[in-house]
Amino acid sequence: MAVGIRTQDLRKVYMSPPPLAAGSGGFSFSAQRSKGKQPKTEIKALDGVSLEVIPGEIFGLLGPNGAGKSTTVGILTTRVRPTGGQAWIADHDVWKEQVAVKRIIGVVGQRPNLDFSLTAREILTFHGAYFGQSSHERTKRANTLLEKFKLLDRADQLVRGFSGGMMQRMSIARAMMHDPDVLFLDEPSAGLDPQTRLLLWEIIQEYNKAGKTILITTHNMEEADALCHRLAIIDHGHVIALGTPRELKASVPGGYLVRVRFGQSSPDLMKRLEALSGVREVRAVEPHGADLYADRGGSLVSEIANLTLAAGVELVDVHISEPSLENLFLHHTGRSLRE
Amino acid sequence: MNRKAFFAMLARDAHVARRNAIPIVLQTFVQPLMFVFIFGRVMVGSGFMPPEYKSMLLPGIMAITMVGTGIWAVAMPLIAEFQFTREIEDRLLAPMDISWLAVEKVVAGTIQALAAGLVVIPVGWLLLRPGIDLRLPHPLTFVAVAILVALFASAGGLALGCSVNQTHIGLMFSLVVAPMIFFGCTYYPWSALSKFPIMQNVILVNPLVYASEGLRGVLVPQFPHLSLAAVLPALLGFNVFLFVLGLRQFHKKSVS
Repeated sequence: MAVGIRTQDLRKVYMSPPPLAAGSGGFSFSAQRSKGKQPKTEIKALDGVSLEVIPGEIFGLLGPNGAGKSTTVGILTTRVRPTGGQAWIADHDVWKEQVAVKRIIGVVGQRPNLDFSLTAREILTFHGAYFGQSSHERTKRANTLLEKFKLLDRADQLVRGFSGGMMQRMSIARAMMHDPDVLFLDEPSAGLDPQTRLLLWEIIQEYNKAGKTILITTHNMEEADALCHRLAIIDHGHVIALGTPRELKASVPGGYLVRVRFGQSSPDLMKRLEALSGVREVRAVEPHGADLYADRGGSLVSEIANLTLAAGVELVDVHISEPSLENLFLHHTGRSLRE
Repeated sequence: MNRKAFFAMLARDAHVARRNAIPIVLQTFVQPLMFVFIFGRVMVGSGFMPPEYKSMLLPGIMAITMVGTGIWAVAMPLIAEFQFTREIEDRLLAPMDISWLAVEKVVAGTIQALAAGLVVIPVGWLLLRPGIDLRLPHPLTFVAVAILVALFASAGGLALGCSVNQTHIGLMFSLVVAPMIFFGCTYYPWSALSKFPIMQNVILVNPLVYASEGLRGVLVPQFPHLSLAAVLPALLGFNVFLFVLGLRQFHKKSVS
C-alpha cells in the first residue's frame, strides 16, 4: 500500500543558523563568550506550510536556496524539530512516532553523508542490518543495488575516494536498501553530470512505478517538470503555488514571458505595451524595464521595438521565455529562481 | 529499543575498530608504556624514585589508559561524524530512538576502555618486574571499579564529543584532558598532596582522582588511597552526570 504525507501549518524558526544549510562549521570565541548578550539570530525557515502528498505520487518542492525545502524534508524525516504545526507520514505523527516513521522512509540528504569508515558494500549491508534485514537478504539486496547504480567495480573500496557523482548514487542506493515506502530526495541531481542525472531520473521513476511515494526537492525547473506529478512552489517558507506542472504553467497569464529593458522609463510606453494584443499583464521592473506576460512570444518583439522607437526610448534588452515553471516563479515572487 | 539495530551498530563500530586495529593499539599503549618504562623502570632503577613507586604508578597508568581510550573512542568519532560530512545521519535515521545510538557509543567506548585497561596490567607488570607488588584482594570490587572507570571515560567522551567542535579538538585535549590527567592523582597518590591542602581539596572535583585512587584501592591496597566507600559513589555520580549531560548534548547535535 502506497503511503501519503501530510503537513499542517508547519513552522520552523531557527534560533541560530541551521546546522546544515548555513554552513556553521566553525564558531568563533567571541560568539561563544558573548552568549546571551547579543540578540540571537532568528531565521524563519517555514511559515505555515500545509501540504498533502498523495500516496504513490512523485511530489516536488521547487524553490530557490533558503526557501525552506530542506527544512520541510528535515521535519518530515525526524531530523528537524518543528517550531509549530504537525506532519504525518501514513498515519504516523512524525514527531511523536519517530521510530515508526523512520522504518518506512528512505532519505537522500542534500550532501552525501556516507559512512567514510566503510566500503560501499558495507555501507549498504550495515544499513540493511540497522533495519533488521537478515544477512542473506542484505547481501543480495546490496549486490542488486550496486549493480543497478553501476558501482559494482568499486564495491569493496572505502567511499572516501569516490567522486561526487558516485557518492550521490551511493546515497540513493543506501536510501533504497530497506525498500522504504516513501523516498525523500533533497536536491538529488545537484552536481551530477547530465548522463548520471538521466540515470537518476530513470531510477526514481522506476521506484515510483513500484507504488512508492517520492518527495523530491529541487531548484531545477527541468527536473521538476520532467519528474514530478505535482509540485509545490515554495519561497520564504510559504507555499506560493501548488498543482501539476501543466496546471502551474497554465496559471501564468499567457504563459510566455517577455522581459524588456529600456534606456529610460516612460509611463506612457508601459500603457502602450499593455494594449498590445495577446499581452495579459505588464509589470514594471526597476530601474527601467517591464515584464510582459503574454500568450505569444517572438511575434511580440517587433511590435515592442516599434513602440519603443515611437516613444523615443532606447531598447536595451529583450528576453523571451517560453511557458515554464521559471516564469511561474517569477510571476509569483517577482524574482528569478536563479537569483 | 530496537535490539537488532542496536547490535548492528555495535557490530559496525567493532568492524571499524578492527579495520583500524594497528593505529588504535599504537595510540592507546605507546605513550602510557613509555611512561611506565621511564618512571617505573629508569627513574626507579637509577635511584631517583623509591622502589615502591612501581606498584604505586601502575594503577594510575591504567586509569590514564582507560580514560584516554574511552574518551578518544567515543569523542573523536562523534566530533567527526557530526561535522559537515554528517556521517552519523544514516544511524540517526535507523528505526531506533536516537538516544540508544548514544548508549551504543558509550557501550562501545566502555568495552574499548576496559580492554585497554586490562592489557595495561600484564604489560606494565612485565615492564616493571621485578619488584612490583600487585595484590588484588577483592576481584569483584576490582571488576566494579574497572567498569565504573570505563563508563566514566566513555560517558565523558560522549559529553565532550557532543560539545566540542572539530576546530577545538586540540583545546579539548590541552584544556580538559591534560589537566585532568595531571591533577588526577595518576602519577602520585592523593595522600601525597597533604602538603598542598588547597590543591588536595580542589582536585576532588576531578573524576579521574577517584578512578586512579579506586584502582589503587583494588590493585595495591597496601598503599594509602581514598576509601572505596567514597570512590564508588563518586564515580557512579560522575557517570550519571556525564551521561545525562552527554545525552542532552547528543540530542542538541542530532536534531536541529
